[in-house]
Formats: sequence, structure tokens, C-alpha cells
Amino acid sequence: MALLEVNNIHAYYGNIQALRGISLTVEKGEIVSLIGANGAGKTTILRCISRLVGLREGSITLDGEDLSKSKAHELVYKGIAMVPEGRGVFAKLTVEENLEMGAFSRDDQDGIDNDLDRVFSLFERLKERRNQVAGTLSGGEQQMLATGRALMARPSLMLMDEPSMGLAPILVEGIFDTIKEINAEGTTILLVEQNATMALQVANRGYVLQTGEIVLDDTAENLQKNEMVQKAYLGID
Amino acid sequence: MTDKKRIDIREVINQGLLAGLVALSLSVIGFISLLGEREMIAGIFTMGHVFLFAAPVGIASVLAEKIKHENTGKVLGFGFLIGVITALPLIVLIILATSFDIRQFLVNVSPELIHLLTFGQNLVVGSIMLVVITGILSLLAAGLRLLPEIWRRPITSGLAWTLLFGTFSEILLSRVRAFFGRGVAKLVFSGKALNPITALLILIIAAAIAYWNVTKRSKSEQKEVEVSPEKQQKSQRIRVVVGIISLLILPLLLGTYLSEVMNNVGIYVLMGLGLNIVVGFAGLLDLGYVAFFAIGAYVMGILTSEGHLGLGFTFWTALPFSVLASTLFGILLGIPVLRMRGDYLAIVTLGFGEIIRILALSDMLKQFIGGAQGVLQIPKPSIFGYDLTKPEALYYIILIGVLIAAFVSWRLRDSRLGRQWMALREDETVAEAMGINLVNTKLLAFATGAAFSGLAGAIFASKLTSIFPHSFNLIVSINVLSLIIVGGIGSLPGVVVGALILVGLPELLREFAEHRLLMYGALLIVMMLAKPEGFWPSETIKRELHAHKEFEAGSSD
Repeated sequence: MALLEVNNIHAYYGNIQALRGISLTVEKGEIVSLIGANGAGKTTILRCISRLVGLREGSITLDGEDLSKSKAHELVYKGIAMVPEGRGVFAKLTVEENLEMGAFSRDDQDGIDNDLDRVFSLFERLKERRNQVAGTLSGGEQQMLATGRALMARPSLMLMDEPSMGLAPILVEGIFDTIKEINAEGTTILLVEQNATMALQVANRGYVLQTGEIVLDDTAENLQKNEMVQKAYLGID
Repeated sequence: MTDKKRIDIREVINQGLLAGLVALSLSVIGFISLLGEREMIAGIFTMGHVFLFAAPVGIASVLAEKIKHENTGKVLGFGFLIGVITALPLIVLIILATSFDIRQFLVNVSPELIHLLTFGQNLVVGSIMLVVITGILSLLAAGLRLLPEIWRRPITSGLAWTLLFGTFSEILLSRVRAFFGRGVAKLVFSGKALNPITALLILIIAAAIAYWNVTKRSKSEQKEVEVSPEKQQKSQRIRVVVGIISLLILPLLLGTYLSEVMNNVGIYVLMGLGLNIVVGFAGLLDLGYVAFFAIGAYVMGILTSEGHLGLGFTFWTALPFSVLASTLFGILLGIPVLRMRGDYLAIVTLGFGEIIRILALSDMLKQFIGGAQGVLQIPKPSIFGYDLTKPEALYYIILIGVLIAAFVSWRLRDSRLGRQWMALREDETVAEAMGINLVNTKLLAFATGAAFSGLAGAIFASKLTSIFPHSFNLIVSINVLSLIIVGGIGSLPGVVVGALILVGLPELLREFAEHRLLMYGALLIVMMLAKPEGFWPSETIKRELHAHKEFEAGSSD
């Protein structure tokens, strides 16, 4: 059984249909990428999974458990952590306090301390700046912080929304390296990305979205070879 | 500092004219002559002068700070120039006022104003005196910036204390009379103002203390004495004890009138602490906060009134119901606005505040809560058969309320709930993703805030012994919000400072009452420009606003 199963979901913003029967699965230990143009519905899928957008139809299950009755704030207790679009760090808190907020759902102080060390060893920059106010970090550092904060919840599934947005190419590579590293340590990742090249390089499998529908679904390797994907998303003629 | 704009003569003229316009408008609206009636140092100096010279002196001082590394002559010259230019528009006013009848359209340009501006001399001598005095004062203000700290501190401190004593001379007079008798009062004061010799003494003593402080500090800096944590803790404990004792004996020192002022301040502190939780901690902009104050007051009024509406409760049995009722309404208001943020929340809560006031005023509920006639004959609280009728006694009830509210706020801020509020304030979506239940968190903020306000309302009702719908209009909400902003959003001591400034000061400076909103506006604008974090900001806000400096300092090493 897959870790996350999304089954034929339909979602609307008012009267506008954003998702038209999306089905996808994420297996334990995978990195799965959702790619597509602006407005294709990538972020909406994540918002549906994290219960910020309601479903008209369809179901979402995590480890066989139906999520459609859960509230947004309960998901983190079930093992889903979110790295939101635009980072969403607590600008007035220090780096360390931000990470502590990430562990809000937990009460095992020893485990939290361990994970804090783990995040700091994953992101050396954050360790150097642990007492600095998050609002003064650079974009790349904020992305690290948002990622580290999500890790602090010790999730089984991590949802990442556009981690490369607004970052310099060199930083983007670093972020994707850590995504692989986090995955290698056992966290399953569902990744939404406009930077299809990078997203398909790290992912095991991928889905291509167009106007609220999945048009392609294959291994990342095959998608990279696909002519349509190359033309539309990878900039290869 | 290299990219700083060079200050040339044109800039100086502009700044001088600005100061002149400020002084001119304060004169024309009648502010200067009104305050001219309040003498600070007998025969020499009135509060009108303070406001007349405030603009040129302040601007000269700020300008001098910018150019103090350049040559001395330039600093002093520019300072003098600012003063002289400031005087020019005033002289035009003097000439116009003495040659034409301009009071037809500028009613406040009174003979008293002209008398004040010309120092009681004739047109020519008076004008020259005005130019020279403004010029010299601005020059001195600019020159002060050139002095080393060891001289500057004592001088500014001496002047500040003298101004402070002068401002409150009338109140001081009554206190001195009460404690030392009329004889001493006559010696120290003349009329209601400070005696020039007293003023000089205050100046010297304050300057001496400041000098002693400065030398002590520079010595300890040289030695670099590390204060041990135990010693620090001990001195903090001593400070807390001294603070509590002085709060306890305060009404004995203050007397009836000042105790009454303190009680008003205290009620606003209570409300401020409550709104601080809603706005400062949780970031929910609530403009209808007065509603909970009204509910607390009305429940207290109806339960205890000895009139025909009353139900015969005592203050103490009614108090829990007051607080409970406001808390309940806090939750009731919270439910419909759960999904609203920012401006929308502000507008809806504003409406809620008005609804409560209009309900209190309505004929529909008149038979229960008295309509426009309000609730009368509310008894004052009593303890063990002793009625707390005097403001000095009521002070203690308010003090206990404030201390409880402050303690609860302080503990909540550092609690798990405090963290939830903080996350909610920063980003609702992310807070939710961290596992925070937004519904409970918001409702708890509204409920706690409303409870404090209800407590304030209950005390307010039995303090005044009668309540009317018009005591609960929008301006109360605005006042509470302003005092939080002035004190520093999210800061507990800031609430007290804000309430003292916005509620206490206008009570003491009765002349301000007429221009209260003008002063509010001016103060808020100056605050936003010069001290956006408030007079006593919370740690987080301080850190945020100064993070940039810290960041630069951190990255340079």
C-alpha cells in the first residue's frame, strides 16, 4: 500500500474548478515531483492534501487512513509536514526559535534536541546563524530554515512547495542536494516545482499537470526523455 | 555614513522655516497663548514658551547632530540661523496683529499671544528680543551637541528635570502643602509656579546627579567590572520589592486628586493589557474592544444597582458574573470572525462595538438596562463592612486587578499558548501547518482579552456609581489601541507607559484637553517616525526593528 494515495479529487476556488479528477500515489521512501506551468494546479494539490482547500469529490488517504475528515492542524500529528511556498518563516523569531516551532506537535524533548542537532548538521549555515532573527536571513537561508523547520516535526511525508522559487541557480542546486539527503535518511517527499529540470533530476517519479489534470505519469527518467516534456518544460527542442 | 546628504545653507533655511511654521500654527490655533497661562518658573517662563521654542530647538539639535563632526563655527552658525528664521513668520504675525484687525478670521491671535511673543515689550524691541532669544536658544541647543558626554548629560538632564518639575508645579505645590505645610510651600513656589531659585536648585541637583552617574559609568567601563549573576539577581529582587512598596504607598503620597487620576490610568492599563493579548500577542486587530468594557460595566451595574433596575448583588458577588459575561461575549464575537483577517476583522469588530453601544441606548432594552438614562445608584465596593468610597481606597482594588492581569499576561506570553498566538500573528497558514488549532487559539485570545476588559468595566461602573451608553463609544477603543502602540505593541510595561502618557498626562495638563486629539495625532506621527517600536518595546519587536544593525555587526567580524 502506498504511503499517500490521492484518488480522483476535484477542487474549486469559488466556481472555478482548479483540479479535475487528480489521482496520484506516493510510495514510502520516494521523491515524487509534480511539474507543470503556472496555474496548472500543482500548489492546489498540496493545499488539498494539507486540508487548506476542501474537496468536492474524491479521497486522500495516508497509510490507509482517510484524511478528508482531518483538520489542517491535525495533519502534522499524522506525519505530514509542509514547506510552504514563499518559505513562511517566522520573521521575528530567531533561527532556533523557528526550528522549535517546527516541533510544536511533539513533546519528546530528547528527540527534539536530537533533531535540532540533525538539522544543524544538515544546514551548517543555520547553525552559524542560530541566534539571528529569521527575517534577516537571505532567501536561500530562509529556504533552509523552512525545510529544517518541517523536518523538526519528524514527518513521514514532507510536502515541498516550490523550494527553488526566487533563489540563485547555485543555491537551487544546494537545496536539491539536501532534498536528496533528507530523502536518503528516510523521509518521503512530494515536491511541487516549476524548475522541471532539477525536479526530475532528484525525483524517482513524476506527474505532469495541465489545467487541473494529470497528462503524464511516469518515472522521472522516462519523463526526462519524453519529447513533449522536453519541449514544454525542459527547454530542449 | 559616507552617503549622508550634505547639509548646506538651503537645507538650514528650509528647516528653519519648518520650525517657524510649526511655531506659527501653534500660535494661531491658540495653543501657545492657552499654555502661556500656565507658569512654570514664576515671572520667567510659561509652558507656552516651551511649545514656542520646542520646534527650533529640537530641529537645531537634530541638525547639529548630523554635522557635529564638521567645524564648530558652522554648527553654531547654523543653529543660530534656524532660530532666527523661525522667528520671522512670528514677527510677520506680530506686525499684522498690531496693524490690522486680523482677529476677525484668526480668533486666537489675542493680545495675550502678542504679549507673550514680544515678551511684554513694544513692537520693535519685542521683535528683536524674539529673534535674539530664539536664535540663542537654537544656538545653545546646537552647541550642546558639541560638548563631550560628561558635560552634555548633566546639562540636558538638569534642564529636563526643571521642565518636568515646572510642568507639574501646580500638583507639586498641593503635595508640598499637604506634607510640609503652607510655609514651606510659599518658600518654594511663587503663585502656582516654581520660584526661580527653586528652579535653579532643581537644575543644579539634577545636573549633579547626572554628572555623578556619568563619571561612575565611565569608571566602571574602564575597570570592566563583571557583575555576577547572583548580584544581578539580588539587585533585581530589590528593585521588585521597592517597586511593590512604592505602588502600595502611592495613594498616601498622591492625595485624592492624583489617586483619582491613577485610577483612571489603572482602568486603561487593565483594558490595555487585555487588548495587548488580542492585538499584540495574537495579532487580531480588534476595534470594538469597548464592547467588552461596556458588558462588564453593565453587568456590574444591573446586578448591584440600588435603583429600580438593580438585583441586589454586592460588588464581590457580581464581579465574577461581569468577567464571565464579557468572556462569553468575547467568544461569541470570536466565532463569526474566525475566518477574517486584517482589515476585515477590524471592520467587523468595529461594528460589534457599535452594536453593543446602540443596544445599550435602545428603547427595546430600556426596561432592563435603562436606555439613555443608564444605570444609576451603583454602590461602591466594600470590604468587611468598610466602604471603599475614596479614590485612595479604590486604587487598591484596581491595583490588584492590574497585577493579576499583568501576571496572567506575563505567564501566558511565555507559555505554549503564547507561542501559538505568536505563530498565529506571524502567519496563519504556517501556524496551522505546525499543528496549531486556529479556532481554539483565536477564541482563547478573544476570551482572555474580553475578560480583562470586563474586569475593567466592572470596576469602572462601581467607581463612577452610574453608567451611561455614551461612556462606551468608539473613542475608548481607539484610546486603548493608541496607548498600546505608544507603549510598544506586545509589551507589558509598555501598556503602563502608554496609559500614563495618553490617559494620565491629559488629566494633569488640563489645558491640553481642548487640543487632546491634536496632541494624540502629533504624538502618534512623531512616534512612528522616531520610535516606531514604542516607548517600552517588547524584546521581539526591538530585535526585529534593530535586526538590521545586529546583522551588519554580526557579519563584519
